[in-house]
Amino acid sequence: METQIVTAVKEWIKAAAIENFPENGGAAVLINGEQIAVFNFTNEGRWYATQNRCPHKGEMAISRGLTGDADGHPKVACPFHKRSFSLEDGKCLTDEQYQLKTYPVKVEDGFVFIGIE
Amino acid sequence: MKKRIVLIGNGMTGYKFCEKFAASPLVKDYELLVFGEEFHPAYDRVHLTSYYTGTIPEELLLAPAGWYAEHGIELRTHERITSVDREAKTISSAKELTYHYDILVLATGSSAFVPPIEGIEKEGVFVYRTFDDIDQIKKYIPRAQKAAVIGGGLLGLEAAKAVLDDGLPTSIVEFAPRLMPRQLDPQGAEILKSKLEEFNLEVLLNKSTEKIVGNGSIEGLKFTDGSQLDADLLVISAGIRPRDELAKQAGLEVHQRGGIVVNSKMETADPCIFAIGECVVVHNMVWGLVAPCYEMAEVLVKNIGGGSAEFLGFDLSSKLKLIGTDVASFGDALSSEIGMKTIVYENKARGVYKRLNLSADGKYLLGGILVGEAEEYNMLKQVVNNKMVLPENPEDFILGARGGEGGAGISVGDLPDSAIICSCENISKGQILNAIEKDGCEAVPLIKKCTKAGTGCGGCMPMLDDLLTHYMKSQGREVRKTICEHFDYTRQELYDLIKVNEIKSFPDLIKAHGKGSGCEICKPVTASLLASIWNEVIVKHDTIQDTNDRFLANIQQRGVYSVVPRIPGGEITPDKLIVIGQVAKKYDLYTKITGGQRIDLFGARVDQLPSIWEELIDAGFESGHAYGKSLRTVKSCVGSTWCRYGMDDSVSFAVEVENRYKGLRSPHKLKGGVSGCVRECAEAKSKDFGIIATDKGWNLFVCGNGGANPRHADLLASDLDKETCVKYLDRFLMFYIKTAGPLVRTAKWLSELEGGLGYLKDVIVKDSLGIGEKLEMEMEELISHYQCEWTTVVRNPEMRAKFRHFVNSDQIDENIKYVPMRGQKIPAKA
Repeated sequence: METQIVTAVKEWIKAAAIENFPENGGAAVLINGEQIAVFNFTNEGRWYATQNRCPHKGEMAISRGLTGDADGHPKVACPFHKRSFSLEDGKCLTDEQYQLKTYPVKVEDGFVFIGIE
Repeated sequence: MKKRIVLIGNGMTGYKFCEKFAASPLVKDYELLVFGEEFHPAYDRVHLTSYYTGTIPEELLLAPAGWYAEHGIELRTHERITSVDREAKTISSAKELTYHYDILVLATGSSAFVPPIEGIEKEGVFVYRTFDDIDQIKKYIPRAQKAAVIGGGLLGLEAAKAVLDDGLPTSIVEFAPRLMPRQLDPQGAEILKSKLEEFNLEVLLNKSTEKIVGNGSIEGLKFTDGSQLDADLLVISAGIRPRDELAKQAGLEVHQRGGIVVNSKMETADPCIFAIGECVVVHNMVWGLVAPCYEMAEVLVKNIGGGSAEFLGFDLSSKLKLIGTDVASFGDALSSEIGMKTIVYENKARGVYKRLNLSADGKYLLGGILVGEAEEYNMLKQVVNNKMVLPENPEDFILGARGGEGGAGISVGDLPDSAIICSCENISKGQILNAIEKDGCEAVPLIKKCTKAGTGCGGCMPMLDDLLTHYMKSQGREVRKTICEHFDYTRQELYDLIKVNEIKSFPDLIKAHGKGSGCEICKPVTASLLASIWNEVIVKHDTIQDTNDRFLANIQQRGVYSVVPRIPGGEITPDKLIVIGQVAKKYDLYTKITGGQRIDLFGARVDQLPSIWEELIDAGFESGHAYGKSLRTVKSCVGSTWCRYGMDDSVSFAVEVENRYKGLRSPHKLKGGVSGCVRECAEAKSKDFGIIATDKGWNLFVCGNGGANPRHADLLASDLDKETCVKYLDRFLMFYIKTAGPLVRTAKWLSELEGGLGYLKDVIVKDSLGIGEKLEMEMEELISHYQCEWTTVVRNPEMRAKFRHFVNSDQIDENIKYVPMRGQKIPAKA
């Protein structure tokens, strides 16, 4: 598993139980009034989180995108216009001007936690 | 001050002159003023028939109207030049304007030759040459019952096919004892004739038209042998006449059979006047193909710039697809050289004829003819043009090698670098290889863009593909249409893998046959394949679906969804209409009638979808699959139950067909239509499949679509009873589902299908592959698994629970906001 940068995390907030998230896919959670997209890479045993808002058109839709990888690096494609974003650093792989905010994720006692700065 | 070149004629040759001029040093010393008689700037007349079938003029333009000005060329269209004053060096136009020239270029082209037949002036008689001609034919068609075409040459056959496709029984009338007498020998022409007759085109040979009968408008033709033919629409395509009237008026020499006489440098007797294209006679003939005319334009640009280039004649080989049948002739096709030897292959059952003409010593290929199958054309033409020594068994060219490489052992690799691959643009093999190697053009569209090869008639496209493949192979690489980086397979290969290995999920597939985590390309492809093979409820695989299929609704602005219940054939009861209205009112949904004759309800939040559908389903509705790459609608006209023109009950048939294929998942969306008569109010010919009633049954059309590249469907079979029509549809749809690439609609699939429409007919109607029954059984199997996926979801609490915005909160997405418009709501901008 990738080492998550945890130093900046002020607080881990419980999002939801694991079974609420679809396998090999994404779902949105509401954390302190903020929409966050959480991705469950079941086959690889990894989790990622990003902002849910697409930076292209401002739609709350990233969580509904298809997940996968490019050259082994995890990514998600926005369902609206198919722009792909890296889940490691949030960079848009198809259009440099867009960037997603990413969040650290951890799983404990069957629950998914999101790290807030 | 710059000198002025005036170019009269903005046809294909005129445009080529402009293009070569703009790229030459001439632009420094000359300004160019161009006159076109037609309303539109130069367009691709070779593909005129595609205008007939619906391509918009803008797409056929050789360059956008703005191109000329951008290149410092002044273009004046719709202005006919009426006279030339050589003394004063001026020309005058029909608008009574006069212009000065220093150099005058005549590219006045040709007009359709209209023989002096009695009654030719009657209403309903047309030629087939310009956009205008076609507009007039189109306008007249609804008044006509039966068409005739005079002229069994290339253009005549195209015109015949066009009016036939508009639903008119059509006869071709040819003066000679065979079709295409300039290109084909009697045997080849006979095969072509039988092919055409299969398409219900009547072919009349040895017919000399004496008189066109009718009172004011045409009612029929009377021939010199005493026979008659009924027709109330006539298209004349009896050859071309060079437009030499301006030259004649100016006192320049014209040929006795028409055409401005020029030498091989394109010079007339007047040192300031030149002529190029179809309006000239050079080397004692008129050159009626686009490639030699382009060559003349290039020669002239060089010569005005001080060069001494010459037009030395041109290869008149041609290959075309006539009514789904390949016809090619190359080199000396009708050779009568003494001692010449021929190799002939004829297969009447399959409608194939091939002839090779060999030199007396058997070493060289002089020319030949291909009818029915012409894949070897490009290579054979190269063998002739490059005077390549023939291999030991030249018959392998047309029979296919037995146990070795195809093409008698000669491949693109054997061609010299000087071999001209694209004769329209005069591009050699060396230039193409250079583009691949030096400019990195490792795809055919890139080669086209970089070299211009393949931008003319497009006939060399397969050869470009071969050259690229050959080059890649020589580098140890491969060109394959694999799905994406996760699967080294084509869609068709994945179809077989899933079916044979009984794979039922994406994780199983990628584990066994792919690598990585997948992506937004291979996941929906797999979802579509699983649905096309097993037809299970797609919600089981929700996270590999595109978002529309994941939530069984179409995502719209602001991330809300729209709901489209199925309304088969567009027929709906008042009670059901009321339910739709009530549901829309209750959930405050925006409603709109769709193009497919149903009602779309917009503005549903993802969490509202299951309850909305529950109410619709309780009232007897089913999912309309508007969100899926699957059957959408089968549109219908009113049909014979109500319509006074209807030949048959189109609504009942549309309802039956839509219910048969509802929920069928395919490589792309599928649309159908059923019309009750040739007036075609259901627009069935713009659908993937269209059914049109005739007085003898139903005509089945396939592979049409609207959209960005509209295409009319082709006739697959005619006068069918309902059962046969459905049988062919089963086979057609299943064959498409099994063999098309991802997101390839039927029209594109057919255009890429080797053998084209003829092959498709063989497979579907003649069952040439012997898979007809299998395809029907596979379709039955899919149909038997149909279930309304929304019914399944609303009755299943676990599946229902997937429809929520947040997994940790019941709050709704506050990002969704609306503003009013014409009494309804629409999403506010983000």
